[in-house]
Amino acid sequence: MIEFQISKHLQASGGDMHFNVSLSIKKGQLVTLYGESGAGKTSTLRMLAGLLQPDTGYIKVNETFWYNSKTKQNLKPQSRKIGYVFQDYALFPNMTVVQNLEFALGKSDRGIIDELIFTMELDALRNRKPETLSGGQKQRVALARALVQKPEILLLDEPLSALDIKIRLKLQDYILKVHKLYKLTTILISHDIGEIHKLSDWVFELKYGEIINQGTPADVFVKQNISGKFKFTGEVLNIQKQDVIYIVSVLIHNEVVQIIAQENEVQEINPGDRVMVASKAFNPVIYKVK
Amino acid sequence: MNWAPLILTFKLALVTTVLLFVISIPIAWWLSYSKSKLKPIVETLVSMPLVLPPTVLGFYFLVAFSPNNGFGQWLHDWFGIQLVFSFTGLVIASIIYSLPFMIHPIQSGLSALPVTLKEAAYTMGKSPIQTLIHVLLPNIKPAILTGIVLAFAHTVGEFGVVLMIGGNIPGKTKVASIAIYDEVEALNYGAANVYSMILFVLAFVILLLVYLVNGGYLKRFVK
Repeated sequence: MIEFQISKHLQASGGDMHFNVSLSIKKGQLVTLYGESGAGKTSTLRMLAGLLQPDTGYIKVNETFWYNSKTKQNLKPQSRKIGYVFQDYALFPNMTVVQNLEFALGKSDRGIIDELIFTMELDALRNRKPETLSGGQKQRVALARALVQKPEILLLDEPLSALDIKIRLKLQDYILKVHKLYKLTTILISHDIGEIHKLSDWVFELKYGEIINQGTPADVFVKQNISGKFKFTGEVLNIQKQDVIYIVSVLIHNEVVQIIAQENEVQEINPGDRVMVASKAFNPVIYKVK
Repeated sequence: MNWAPLILTFKLALVTTVLLFVISIPIAWWLSYSKSKLKPIVETLVSMPLVLPPTVLGFYFLVAFSPNNGFGQWLHDWFGIQLVFSFTGLVIASIIYSLPFMIHPIQSGLSALPVTLKEAAYTMGKSPIQTLIHVLLPNIKPAILTGIVLAFAHTVGEFGVVLMIGGNIPGKTKVASIAIYDEVEALNYGAANVYSMILFVLAFVILLLVYLVNGGYLKRFVK
């Protein structure tokens, strides 16, 4: 449904970069762009939305060219049917929540506004100004506002990175919900491997303006095939030697877990690495949580 | 006590400010987003009245608008307008003289807004004009107020330009600042003092209002 084949010379934070990305996304997919900052993820979304002009290549959506350097076609952002959720939410400070949605709607049928306010549970916030909302609330409004015009494509630029873990999990559910409800094709930028596993069908990994890896989240993030029953990914905080074994402290979500490892297992691991912790099902402890 | 110079001063300031507001918004908007190579030149021209002596501006206006010269003659022959020593001429000169005081606050207000506000409106299908009116301008109200008040106050306070281009015609181009000069020359210190005091108090009140509104003091007081 989306075919994107673009090159552009970019001036990124780390100096000049040649952006050269080609990707194709099927209708109804939820895909994630993953990679270090400055890899070209946001630029990809901005070019798709028409906010950044490519040098050469084409963008084709549903058999229509949105951009084609050969025929000099370039559809204005106003004419591309997309919903864009910005990293800083970009809610209009002079309008209340419901006015933000109404402004996005223009002259179309108002029914969608009430529907979205219900779906995103915004009823209590209808008449509040954005400055009085918390980060998670702003994000819900931004998501609802992006959907008012019933776009076919939803672009989410690190929508959850500034939120704490509880609200993140809840918003992930909202994203999944609207993605299915409105049959969207969604492109998400995310750094959180857990989040990517939970939300996305397909991952593109970008580095220095190029796609270096793509596949299902399991393909991309789990190199070895482990038939583990529990799998978590996290970041290594430190590795301590204790007698003949090693104790590895891993930050998984927001908890630090200590794992016993053998010397051969820790050889390639350094603090700061992303690791997966898996357990095959031998006698796990189980107890009820309140 | 002759009120005519004061009334003329405020009429001039009001007309100038209204026209300046309409002219400045598109220019400030262009300056805050443009990447054109012409931008530094336009910025320089807009800022020139800040550093040029008002008499220099006034002198060139006088030369340009004079019916004896090309442009002034053309205006006179085609439109029957004579700008020298007229109220219309004063308004045009004041607009140019106060241009930076209106454009600079609005331009920096627009530049300080996150660019994503504009982009969000574009992705919703809004045209640049709709975006300007409904999203950008309502969110820089303090900057707009500052621009309006500074332009108004600066026009009230002008002397050199008015004297050069308008002269000293009572009821037509004799504004308060010139009336003060006149009274002092005639050793009428009392009358000069009345004009001066009125301008002094008004300037204080106007600026105080701006600081109260933009500092949010009034809101706190009302609550």
